[in-house]
Amino acid sequence: MKPIDEIKTELKKWEEKNKVSELPAAESDLGHPLEVLYTPVNLAQTEYLEKIGFPGAYPFTRGIYPGMYRIRPWAMRLYSGFGTAEDTNKRWKFLLKTGNNGVACAFDLPTQMGLDSDHPEAEDEVGRVGVAIDTIRDLEILFEGLPLDQIVSSFNINAPGAIILAMYAALGQKQGIDPEKLNGTLSNDILCEYVSRGLWVFPVQPALRLTTDVVEYCTKSMPRFYPFNIRGIIMREAGASMVQEAGFAFANAIAYIDDAVNRGLDIDAFAPRISFFFATGTQIFEEAARYRAARRVWARVMKERFGAQKPSSMLFKFTGTVGGSYYRAQEPENNLIRGAYGVLANVLGGTQGMLHPAMDEPFAIPTEETAKLALRTQQICAYETGVAKVADPLGGSYYIEALTDQLVDEIEKVIKTIDGMGGAVAAIEKGYMQQRIADEAHRMAMDEKAGKRVVVGVNKFVDKSGKKRKMSFHKFNYQMLTRQKKRLAKIRKERDNDAVRKALARLADEAKGRNNLVPPLIETVKTYASIGEIMGALKEVFGTFREPLNI
Amino acid sequence: MARKIRVLMAKPGLDGHDRGAKVIARTFRDAGFEVIYTGLHQTPERIVSAAIQESVDVIALSILSGAHLSICKKTMAALKETKASSDIILIVGGTITEADIPKLKAMGVAEVFPPGSPIEAGVEYLKTFFKDETS
Repeated sequence: MKPIDEIKTELKKWEEKNKVSELPAAESDLGHPLEVLYTPVNLAQTEYLEKIGFPGAYPFTRGIYPGMYRIRPWAMRLYSGFGTAEDTNKRWKFLLKTGNNGVACAFDLPTQMGLDSDHPEAEDEVGRVGVAIDTIRDLEILFEGLPLDQIVSSFNINAPGAIILAMYAALGQKQGIDPEKLNGTLSNDILCEYVSRGLWVFPVQPALRLTTDVVEYCTKSMPRFYPFNIRGIIMREAGASMVQEAGFAFANAIAYIDDAVNRGLDIDAFAPRISFFFATGTQIFEEAARYRAARRVWARVMKERFGAQKPSSMLFKFTGTVGGSYYRAQEPENNLIRGAYGVLANVLGGTQGMLHPAMDEPFAIPTEETAKLALRTQQICAYETGVAKVADPLGGSYYIEALTDQLVDEIEKVIKTIDGMGGAVAAIEKGYMQQRIADEAHRMAMDEKAGKRVVVGVNKFVDKSGKKRKMSFHKFNYQMLTRQKKRLAKIRKERDNDAVRKALARLADEAKGRNNLVPPLIETVKTYASIGEIMGALKEVFGTFREPLNI
Repeated sequence: MARKIRVLMAKPGLDGHDRGAKVIARTFRDAGFEVIYTGLHQTPERIVSAAIQESVDVIALSILSGAHLSICKKTMAALKETKASSDIILIVGGTITEADIPKLKAMGVAEVFPPGSPIEAGVEYLKTFFKDETS
């Protein structure tokens, strides 16, 4: 008898003897039944070298680097920004002193929508969920004391992403820094905005052109900069399942790559600078397996679909972050514990970085105190628990490997479905991803209401004493709006307005043609033209997006 | 036959996080209400004019950006300028801290659903509020 058959026979005996079939059922986060025990029988079809392999080697299931965290732990960052550039600069300096690696900039909603702080539809939102940026003057203040060749900057902004990149490049020029030394990431993922979160401005095609302009420009002139960071997290936080998140994000990434390749870029010239940003839930093993599966799927996509040659083009590099939607308002300190388990899931999944949400996420942007606790959660995990000592510590677990195989199949199925619809752009225009995500969000909400999805302190072990923890939240400073508007008014008065008009006219002209828009954008931002003026000039040429309305 | 409660679910301002708005809109629909969804990036004036055009009983705002005080104030003001103001109630949900709830109610907001509100709270509130008219 072959060893595997022997195991099968013994397993059957064990199951019968212990009446395993009578045990309570369990299911995965996706609603699939889970076995009581996983054994070599589950892995009978799993060829080690072909499917699992070694960290740093194709198909990268076990991690993208050979030593993983031996050299250094993941990058620990907090997503941070509020008020004016001065306010945010101060918070960044505090976070850097506490051990934050680089800065991850949160922009306010007007900036993300390309509106100036003095726009009538902007005033309620200026400086609330992020920092207000109107002109390059704000960026100069934001990075005061933080030389661009010594810092890694990450920018979460999509519709006006090319303008922010242009401002960063122009600021580098002003500081006399070689563009090759600029290091950071621009999210530059507009498709996720049409699917969820809604921070779109232009119709899909011109928006995609701007995305590819940034990719092309960075590939040629800012080689250390990551020109896009594909955001599964935006869709996951809107309700997508862990499989939909990966499948939709990969489909969006495929659309960007197709666009860049069609423009004549060599896949191996820019693929090593593709990175992802995913959300992580609290189902530790499933999340870890999902990241292992994502690495295998992405490596195959890059190698087989796009014919990438360089191993560095095949890496699923990701920031994994506990989804704020897993946090609850009831007993907010419980979020610290949820967050810590999510951090563990990320590390077991082999993350390259984390932006960890603070415990007061359900209510407001973090205070210094809660932001620090979020960073401490990561630091304790990295330096006190030993989880980072060995690469892919769960690899070889019968359960994890079986889950990984299953999730690979499911993620590939999502990509295939979207391919069948004509790709991500067509799927988004039909509202397919939007509808699937709304369905999943509704299913999760109903499961939580019915108690099928347990949330401690919310639908189980509810504290009925009525006692509440007194928390102090981040307070919005209403004076900042006046200060910000005053600064913008002063700039509009003092700058060379003739130069601004000429630059905007040239930009609009270029937008009508096919040239890369980043160089004229750099020239335009240098005149202290505002984001609103630049977006306005582009809207004249590109028009604006009309949203399909489904609930 | 009982009259159906008509709700305008609206996303004012620039915040595009519509998971909550969509889930709550479905709970309203499942409860038998008629629901109209405005889509994103609406101004208070556009919301009020849509509410009047659609003859709704309720405007439900979903705000996650922290701008609920100024947005609700403007929406209430726009509503008061119309003749329909006494027939339409305004409710709001989102990332609203407890300290802001009395301020919103003082403006005339009928009910506030802060983080942690049960998913069915909106349905229950509206069913109670319109009990006499719809039963």
